[in-house]
Amino acid sequence: MATGGFAESGADLELVGIRKEFPGFTAIESLDLTIPAGSFFALLGPSGCGKTTTLRLVAGLEEVTSGRILIGGKDVTATKPYQRPVDTVFQSYALFPHMSILENVAFGLRRRKIADATGKAHEALRLVELDHLAGRKPAQLSGGQQQRVALARAIVNRPALLLLDEPLGALDLKLRRQMQLELKSVQSEVGLTFLHVTHDQEEAMTMADTVAVMNRGRIEQLGAPAVLYELPRTVFVANFLGQSNLFTGNVVGSTSTSITVDVGGTPIVVPTARSHRHSGTVTVGVRPEKLQLAFDAPTATSALNILGPGRVVDVSFSGVSTQYLIAVPGIGTIVLFAQNMVVGPVATEGAEVWVSWQVEHGFGLEDTAEEESRFPADTDTAALATQSEALLAELGEG
Amino acid sequence: MAFSAFATTTQAVQAPKRTSRVALLLLLPGILYLALFFLVPLVALVITSLQAPAEFGDIGQFQNAFRWENYATVIGQYGAQILRSFFYAVLATVFALLFSYPLAYFIGVKARKWPLLQNLMLVMVIAPFFISFLLRTLAWKQLLSDESFVVTGLKALSLLAPDAHITGTPVAVVFGLTYNFIPFMTLPLYAALERLDTRYLEAGSDLYSTPFTTFRTVTVPLSMPGIVSGVLLTFIPAAGDYVNASREFLGGTGTTMIGNVIESNFLVSLNYPAAASLSIILMAVILVLVTAYVRRSGTEDLL
Repeated sequence: MATGGFAESGADLELVGIRKEFPGFTAIESLDLTIPAGSFFALLGPSGCGKTTTLRLVAGLEEVTSGRILIGGKDVTATKPYQRPVDTVFQSYALFPHMSILENVAFGLRRRKIADATGKAHEALRLVELDHLAGRKPAQLSGGQQQRVALARAIVNRPALLLLDEPLGALDLKLRRQMQLELKSVQSEVGLTFLHVTHDQEEAMTMADTVAVMNRGRIEQLGAPAVLYELPRTVFVANFLGQSNLFTGNVVGSTSTSITVDVGGTPIVVPTARSHRHSGTVTVGVRPEKLQLAFDAPTATSALNILGPGRVVDVSFSGVSTQYLIAVPGIGTIVLFAQNMVVGPVATEGAEVWVSWQVEHGFGLEDTAEEESRFPADTDTAALATQSEALLAELGEG
Repeated sequence: MAFSAFATTTQAVQAPKRTSRVALLLLLPGILYLALFFLVPLVALVITSLQAPAEFGDIGQFQNAFRWENYATVIGQYGAQILRSFFYAVLATVFALLFSYPLAYFIGVKARKWPLLQNLMLVMVIAPFFISFLLRTLAWKQLLSDESFVVTGLKALSLLAPDAHITGTPVAVVFGLTYNFIPFMTLPLYAALERLDTRYLEAGSDLYSTPFTTFRTVTVPLSMPGIVSGVLLTFIPAAGDYVNASREFLGGTGTTMIGNVIESNFLVSLNYPAAASLSIILMAVILVLVTAYVRRSGTEDLL
């Protein structure tokens, strides 16, 4: 493998029962994951969720506590990083400061004794449009250019699997957008399997075919970005991937197509097919942009859920849309995004409003929204220590 | 870093051009110091090296002249010692580097997780400085003497011929030089390796490079400033050293180095021009060797 040729195409990555413990805490509980060849897979999660650790395990930079890693059907669990057909675009880029851009890109090719390393390195640099800077040192390049060099240095080796460790994190918004598109086009051009780790949900959704949302060392939900967004399975996914209005209550009635949940006296109807639970206490939700704002009570129909009257407590304008916070007695605060289309109601703070949405836009979750924060309670020092260790491990210093 | 002046000829950043009286005033003590304690002695040394014996004078009395043949004479007379000095110095430098690099790597990279161990080991590298260098060298003379357990032990194991010695041989001198200059090699290496970003090593390993290749292509080039400083700090004083090679310490009649020749010419035979011209030859050769070395090692390319 180490001296072999280029991978013909991307390879499957299979993680079987991966567990990773660091002294004092467990970074990954138990992870099973299959990434099909040629796909663009994003691992999304907050800091400390174990996503970077997963990536380092695949690269071979950390050893698994238990479990197996298979690349293209071959068990690589026991092999060293340099023996794996995997390349990484590091978060810090890690370009060798003492080598020219060209030598950086040719490094992997030279190690594998591939003929015409210089020519292939130039080719890769042309792909990222940096061939004219081949003679420079990394320190003489801007952050965005370094990022592209790091990408060229990895893809020039045609790895079966390319790992991207938040490589766009250091770039400004405009450059990030541009690089996202470039990465995506490079991926379809070279047909490799990409595993992209990020905490930026928008980035994950824009770029990946499949997104896995990770939390506390486990995968919460996995699927196409649109599916994840429209039909989140857990409270964590509903809140991490975009924003959600969540309501918890008991199921008080059900038909063959829908269930009715009593939330503080107001019935909320959710399609059965869009709910993961159909009896007992259920948390249901709806995305803020699916909500309609009205100054008069809308006419109740079976296709509409109506909450109100409530009071607008906050209005924030953000260009394309306006975000309203509406306090509804007995239910709580609701977030609502309204497109700024001039026509339609424009509410001011203190206005009395009703909120409604189409029944088919609601979703029911598998777990219930407890008053649970994303991080363990940091009231005692032990929890603080665990949290900081987890963060350090995530940053690759642990 | 020490001696970076040799390396940064291409990287010197232009200081803002503003001549101020304060700056000149602040520079004055340094300039005076250099003039008084470097330039004046250097000129005096050159003058002395060209002196001729005084007519009708005693031994040790000389008069100013331009006796260039002084240089030819000492080179002819002491060529063997000059060559030996540089040979010993090169050996000691190589051995010190081979010994210090793993040590510095361990302290600077591997022991990062344990700051206490790191500090303890650094103290152990520096601690010998607290004891006089002469005393330590004398102690080694005892340790390597014919009756010492080292020699008797080696003889018992038949690793040393029954009539062999260690003190007074080139082995002892090179050993002494290596030992005495190890801290000068270890500390600059440590300073360079301590800053080594291990993410580069991970990147190397990710790019199909075995640990040895990563060491050769990433670690060594990145620690080059430390290697250059360490080599210079060891080689320059080792070439001129006269303590280790002297007969009172670890040397013998066959191990005389240029430092010993200068010492005996100056203090014993009172041949000041010979001592001075030898000193200038030593200085010139070191300057040439060091310049060539710094040019070749290409440290000016490093950042």
